[in-house]
Amino acid sequence: MQEILEQVEQKRAAARLGGGQKRIDAQHAKGKLTARERIEVLLDPGSFEEIDMYVEHNCVDFGMEETKVPGDGVVTGSGTINGRLVFLFSQDFTVFGGSLSERHAEKICKVMDNAMKVGAPVIGINDSGGARIQEGVASLGGYAEVFQRNVLASGVVPQISLIMGPCAGGAVYSPAMTDFILMVKDSSYMFVTGPDVVKTVTNEVVTQEELGGAVTHTTKSGVADIAFDNDIDALLAARDLVDFLPLNNQKEVPERPTADAWDRIEDSLDTLVPDNANAPYDMHELIRKTVDESDFFEVQPDHAGNIICGFGRVEGRTVGIVANQPMVLAGCLDIGASKKAGRFVRFCDAFEIPIVTFVDVPGFLPGVSQEHNGIIKHGAKLLFAYAEATVPKITVITRKAYGGAYDVMASKHLRGDLNYAWPTAEIAVMGAKGAVEIIFRKDIGDADKIAEKTKEYEDRFANPFVAASKGFIDEVIMPHSTRRRIALGLRKLRNKQLDNPWKKHDNIPL
Amino acid sequence: MLKKILIANRGEIACRVIRTAKKMGIATVAVYSDADARSPHVEMADEAVHIGPAAASESYLVADKIIAACKETGADAVHPGYGFLSERESFAKQLADENITFIGPPPNAIAAMGDKIESKKLAEKAGVSVVPGHIGEIDDTDHAVKIATEIGYPVMMKASAGGGGKGMRLAYSEKDVREGFEATKREGLSSFGDDRVFIEKFIEQPRHIEIQVLGDKHGNIVYLNERECSIQRRHQKVVEEAPSPFVDTKMRKAMGEQAVALAAAVDYQSAGTVELIVGADKSFYFLEMNTRLQVEHPVTEQITGLDLVEQMIRVAAGEELDFTQDDVQINGWSIENRVYAEDPYRGFLPSTGRLVRYRPPAITKGIRVDDGVAEGGEVSIHYDPMIAKLITYADTREEAIDLQIAALDQFEIDGPGHNIDFLSAIMQHPKFRSGDISTAFIAEEYPDGFGGATLSDELLTRFAAIAAFIATAHADRNLRIDNQLGDRLRPPSEWRVKSGDTMLEVSISEDAVVVNGEEAPLSMAYTPGDALALAEFGEDELAVRIEQIRSGFRLTAHGASHDLQVLPAHIARHAVHMIEKEPPDLSKYLLCPMPGLLVKLHVGEGDKVEAGQPLAIVEAMKMENILRAEKAGTVQSVSVAEGESLAVDAIILEME
Repeated sequence: MQEILEQVEQKRAAARLGGGQKRIDAQHAKGKLTARERIEVLLDPGSFEEIDMYVEHNCVDFGMEETKVPGDGVVTGSGTINGRLVFLFSQDFTVFGGSLSERHAEKICKVMDNAMKVGAPVIGINDSGGARIQEGVASLGGYAEVFQRNVLASGVVPQISLIMGPCAGGAVYSPAMTDFILMVKDSSYMFVTGPDVVKTVTNEVVTQEELGGAVTHTTKSGVADIAFDNDIDALLAARDLVDFLPLNNQKEVPERPTADAWDRIEDSLDTLVPDNANAPYDMHELIRKTVDESDFFEVQPDHAGNIICGFGRVEGRTVGIVANQPMVLAGCLDIGASKKAGRFVRFCDAFEIPIVTFVDVPGFLPGVSQEHNGIIKHGAKLLFAYAEATVPKITVITRKAYGGAYDVMASKHLRGDLNYAWPTAEIAVMGAKGAVEIIFRKDIGDADKIAEKTKEYEDRFANPFVAASKGFIDEVIMPHSTRRRIALGLRKLRNKQLDNPWKKHDNIPL
Repeated sequence: MLKKILIANRGEIACRVIRTAKKMGIATVAVYSDADARSPHVEMADEAVHIGPAAASESYLVADKIIAACKETGADAVHPGYGFLSERESFAKQLADENITFIGPPPNAIAAMGDKIESKKLAEKAGVSVVPGHIGEIDDTDHAVKIATEIGYPVMMKASAGGGGKGMRLAYSEKDVREGFEATKREGLSSFGDDRVFIEKFIEQPRHIEIQVLGDKHGNIVYLNERECSIQRRHQKVVEEAPSPFVDTKMRKAMGEQAVALAAAVDYQSAGTVELIVGADKSFYFLEMNTRLQVEHPVTEQITGLDLVEQMIRVAAGEELDFTQDDVQINGWSIENRVYAEDPYRGFLPSTGRLVRYRPPAITKGIRVDDGVAEGGEVSIHYDPMIAKLITYADTREEAIDLQIAALDQFEIDGPGHNIDFLSAIMQHPKFRSGDISTAFIAEEYPDGFGGATLSDELLTRFAAIAAFIATAHADRNLRIDNQLGDRLRPPSEWRVKSGDTMLEVSISEDAVVVNGEEAPLSMAYTPGDALALAEFGEDELAVRIEQIRSGFRLTAHGASHDLQVLPAHIARHAVHMIEKEPPDLSKYLLCPMPGLLVKLHVGEGDKVEAGQPLAIVEAMKMENILRAEKAGTVQSVSVAEGESLAVDAIILEME
């Protein structure tokens, strides 16, 4: 008996060594941790329970039957993050370059299926050279099996992808369909076709990092959410992110204790909006002074900065925050901002996370490239997302809410539950100058008259009271009481019941 | 007694005067420009009058607007504070004509002391020692050289109407005089509209010590002892103290009596200050007399127990001083640090902007804060960049200095850059603590600028203990989230704290914090979210400002911020494989500091530039911001063109 127990230990030890010490050293030399080390950083100590440790590939071509490594290039199982259950897979680059075989794919599918059965998040750590070419179409089938599960899990359990090495070709589409993508600078990249193919086909010369590195995807393309300096920073941030998320779409948002008073008054917010209506201010200050402990987890902080999206807590419970940022493009909605916020709003709605929206939006960004690239359909995504969302929605207009953008930003008309405005709010079809130039077009040469009419228009609309008189604004609140108002509103909306009509699914303008 | 005082000033000094007026039961009127509509002095005063646009030349400096405000509100007196109209003879006269009491000296005293040449002549006549030099007109450069040679080098050439370091040139040789004389004249003309220049002996390793005098309308004049203001940066006072560690009783008496003699010579009334330059041999010479309340007056108040503003008000109302020279005491020691909105880490560049967070230290025994800003307020480009004055007082100089260090650690300012770290570093500097200082202190001790106070091993150990303690508190709280799988887990007890290349092992248990095998007697209260926490190490207290960063905390105390990576031991053992990311070297780039329009580019590729030379002008919010070269070099490439709109941190040009 003792001997058999020892054999198990030996087998485990062999499996844990993955592709061997040499490959582990090579992985370390690149600043990358191994698949198992990453799990150690990600999960609570001692909580990881591995499954399928002895799975091997079934390939018999090209001499593959001679080289088998237990685990087959991916470590799978479950564990806890701050005591809460998560499932995960972690690709092992030291084994066949982390390439995806049929069996490798089956292991991933198994943890995903397990996660779906019990309703717990799935975290995927990607570090793979791509398809196991020796297996041919079996590998492709494996990818598709994973894709199918990503899609079915979408909106049921949170899915987080960490890209910590190569992720190219078809492999990119699994992370692409998860909820959040975290990348590591200089050691991870994602692209459909790599620099070599790009050069052959289009003659463009580009490095891997420029084409699909962490910085590229978190700034230009918006494919990924956040870029980190190294594996440890990324994994610890994933822990923080999980702490904000419910385990599944049936569970309430997580709650944890905080000493931050729900009715904390922030007098300095009374001076946040500058006297000059065209001067920018940093919307982050309002967010940080509203949420618990100034703790704000921003997603896509470096992409489409004209809108801010992220998670915070109020009274220890998660809220999703969406806010126009006057510091960037005056807070205009453009294609990037609409896509970014639209997707974030839908995530919150799918997982019953209340949405707090801070509005200071002068409108949609004008421009030929915006129109030709489809701002109509992209802008509609954000409008659609807000309109279909049934979670508690609290909106605070701090300054401008002009034109169609006013409608879009969680307005009363899109079933906003509590629509507040600061006294500095201006809810109008457009800015006074533009409005007067249209209404009084024939007087455009008469500067005095235009100035007088502009003043008149400002007096009429550069305030929240016209909108409030129509019931579009529930109450004009003092900036310093914003946190108190939001906390109270969230309490009262906790049992909100609202259902959309039955449908197979909607047809959001993709 | 006066009934209603209008304070023709803003910021901390306006608040300071209002406080005393309130204490005396006198009504107050504030005046404010567009930029100050929401400032504390407006809130504090009983009434407030708007006097125009932000620019001082269109508001606080316009005597007619001040007088109109007096009439509008029925104010019967004006306190001018310092700066602005405080030393304008014409303003004092105008007030007199309107029968409004000027809380300050009579116009003739202001006039007599306002002219550097005239005041020196007066001082000499009154028996006050003056720096050897030439008083009177200088014909031309040859004449200047002749005078300089007679006095003996080094000499200082000064524009007669100059001040604040402008229009001053040092000459160590005839060559320097020949090169600089005409330029000094031109500067005097362009800056002050007066091209008269005088030449005097330059005192090396000088100290700046000044005597506070106070006179009434009945001929009584007393001196309230000295203040030392030697810690200056480019002639701008930074640290002041009273008494001076350099002055002995005999010297004090001599300085005081000469100052009183000078004041008597112009029938001085109200508070005034005679500034002296003091050599290493304890010789002292008259520099100038300031006919107003000084910024640094609180240190005198703390050691004498007098309220100088109250005294000024009583004198203006015609009361006689109710004490004599013999009653003037020196009780303990007082130090003032000026908290400026400037960035010591970037060559002391002025900084402006919104005070996102502003929490001065708690007012406890020995701590006084004179400020005129509030959280959510704005440090405006239009006015002096001083945010606050931190004043401490104690029985001894050393205790007053230590109180400064402790109080500076508790000063929370977010938004504009500030000099808290720099002030703390000065307070810790052995040379400052020994009292061995001169006006060259900052230039000599920080010749390459300021990079943060150095971190001692002891302090690092303490930071490590604090960081691990905080990390444990966060881990413990995070483990209190709901919907857990099993019993609640315990937070890690073994931590690794890394600062730069140094790694410390910290273990935390219920009853002990052990750093690298040695117990740290740490006791502190911390709740996640606290931005400031007080840690006790036995008898010692250490206040630290805390900011969460990726995988750790930024702790700020004792004159520097430290980024500490704080990881549980089971994670830290993997950290050795992480490759340190070199932050991109941006020092050779000129970056756009704010989003704006590039209106002017002064240089092109291949141009050589000097440190401080204007390189470009960026217009943001209708303000033109001049971007200057931080160091000398050659322009390698220019990335943008005039007329382009730039984002923050956009590269404007690259230096070689």
